[in-house]
Amino acid sequence: MTELWQALTLQAGYNASLVALGAGLLGLSAGAAGSFMVLRKRALVSDAMAHSTLPGVGIAFLIMVSFGGEGRNLAGLLIGSAVTATLGLYLVDWISRRTRLAEDAAIGAVLSVFFGFGVVLLTVIQTMSAGRQAGLESFLLGSTAGMLFSDAVTIAGGGAIALAVIWLLRRPMTLVAFDAGFAQASGVNVRQTDLAMMALVMGVTVIGLKFVGLILIVALLIIPAVTARFWTNRAEALLWIAAGVGGASGYIGAAVSASAPDLPTGPIIVLIAAAIFVFSMFFAPLRGVLYAVIRHQRFQERVHLRQGLLAMARSEPIHDKMTLRLLLRAGYIRADGVATKAGAAQAAKAARDERRWTTARQVHHDSAQTGRYDGLTPIESVFTPDEIALFDEHLAGAPRS
Amino acid sequence: MSAEFVQLSLTPILIGTLAAIACALPGNFLILRKQALIGDAISHVVLPGIVVAFLLTGTIAAVPMLIGAGAAAVVAVLLIEAIKRLGRIDPGAAMGVVFTALFAGGVLLLEQSDTSGVHLDVEHALMGSLESLIWLDATGWSSLTDPTALAHLPPELARIAVVAAAVIVLTWLFWRPLELTTFDEGFARTIGLPVTAIGFGLVVVAAVAAVAAFDAVGSIIVIAMFICPPAAARLMTDRLTVQVWWSVAFASLSAILGYILAGYGPLWIGLNDAVSAAGMVATVSGVILMLAALFGPRRSRVGEGKGGA
Repeated sequence: MTELWQALTLQAGYNASLVALGAGLLGLSAGAAGSFMVLRKRALVSDAMAHSTLPGVGIAFLIMVSFGGEGRNLAGLLIGSAVTATLGLYLVDWISRRTRLAEDAAIGAVLSVFFGFGVVLLTVIQTMSAGRQAGLESFLLGSTAGMLFSDAVTIAGGGAIALAVIWLLRRPMTLVAFDAGFAQASGVNVRQTDLAMMALVMGVTVIGLKFVGLILIVALLIIPAVTARFWTNRAEALLWIAAGVGGASGYIGAAVSASAPDLPTGPIIVLIAAAIFVFSMFFAPLRGVLYAVIRHQRFQERVHLRQGLLAMARSEPIHDKMTLRLLLRAGYIRADGVATKAGAAQAAKAARDERRWTTARQVHHDSAQTGRYDGLTPIESVFTPDEIALFDEHLAGAPRS
Repeated sequence: MSAEFVQLSLTPILIGTLAAIACALPGNFLILRKQALIGDAISHVVLPGIVVAFLLTGTIAAVPMLIGAGAAAVVAVLLIEAIKRLGRIDPGAAMGVVFTALFAGGVLLLEQSDTSGVHLDVEHALMGSLESLIWLDATGWSSLTDPTALAHLPPELARIAVVAAAVIVLTWLFWRPLELTTFDEGFARTIGLPVTAIGFGLVVVAAVAAVAAFDAVGSIIVIAMFICPPAAARLMTDRLTVQVWWSVAFASLSAILGYILAGYGPLWIGLNDAVSAAGMVATVSGVILMLAALFGPRRSRVGEGKGGA
């Protein structure tokens, strides 16, 4: 536990701190970039892209070794991965536009074939003398163990650049992600913005390879955005909430992973993001399950209470158990079912308001206002006192001329 | 040569081919229903299913593994549905949340638990190890009639053979309902077919095929078996029956050619060591799909010119 606390408070050594900060920065930019993909309903395209990085890593390694280089240069490997990821993305697009196959089949095919070819290259590399210690497998599930200072700087720098690009392009990207047709009409170049979005996701994927690994990086793009969806209906807020969730998952995940052995970085980061997601799904005030249940129950209670009062006003017997319980709790009836003074007054008011609404629909000309009748909205919140006075005159049978 | 072939290559080729066919059959319907990525999701959640089954039973026997993976697939599909409905989120994103989270859980469990005694590790789970499924007791083609040698066939062969046979029989038995629900769900519903149950059954069958193939090709490359042969077949014909036959042919070709290229290809170009057979099988299936996308007679959508729009 103390190790975890130390890692979380950046006291577990210089390298661990750097890794945690880098992962946090990566999570921030992944969460923000991913929310564009999720809003654009192209979440899983990024999965195809992520898996397509593997052959690039292998090819880059082979090229660097054949030129007598070290082969493990992180920047070189990441450039290679970006090249094949672009190719994979292009093929997904090409297959779904030029053949009768749907985009989902294209995604699955590209993802698995590129990964398979990457595995072939990995086995080639493993049999080379230079490849025995290459550790390219760490790109599959991410690993921060033995990360060099220069690697961490590369990743942190990439994350910072991605964040800056998101900040600069947030307006056109939000517009396109939210409503491409509207964006086009207001003069945004949709094609270019889409490309920029893809480039951004590509950048995040590539710099995320080392931390989260290519199999799970898609989680860091999707889960924060989907989590944020439970908290807000506004696109811009979604972006920053997603960035926050991603950043927290990355930072905490890297710290937890550093605190004990056998805790692979990528899966831990993803599981923390998933935990935040589950929490949000149940407890987020806007769209969370718990609040939806509570809202539904409150609505039900209001309807029952209203029906009960109207029945009391008409002196009809009430049989519904829930209605009786609600009336009793509000103090409108006694335990034996007889109306209290307050209950009689409320029932009379409910019946009067109902008659006022009926009149309002006959005499008022603004249907936008009379249309708000749903049996629950108090009439005082829709019409002004003098309008209500007018309805009362109509009810009394002596309208002003 | 022939003794060595029987010993080292015959069983992997058979296992690979059967696995490819077992996956390609349900894959045909998944692709036509635009559920190709369900195959993706299933193949990822097979891993946690297998790990949990192993932790509960302590063995890697076939039946608990199959049950565990099937249960994991059902749980994943239910979770995807629930998240889609509760959060009003589009299916792709809901799927992405579920399968990555479950896969991450599976990897973590695998790393945390002591599986050193059994053949279950992360790398094997991801990439498969087709070339390790050899038949050591074979001495040549004559071993095929030798009961003592036959008794030592790799158990994976029997497992995948049973699963492949079951998938074939189920596809044959439920052909009409599958065809109807795939092409015209509304009509299928009006004539009283249990559409939801059939869709669910398809997913479970795909999951069982995925876990049986998992031994041979690992959890990621299984996706290639689900998608590439049926997708290539779809570009060859407009008729479902013909498409299924094409997909079986493409699946077998990928498995056999892939294994041979992986085992002997490097020797031909002067390298000493074989490369990953599962990876090569996926690569070959991708090449077949690419060729079909470029030259297949039915590659473009209806209403577009032959060269595509």
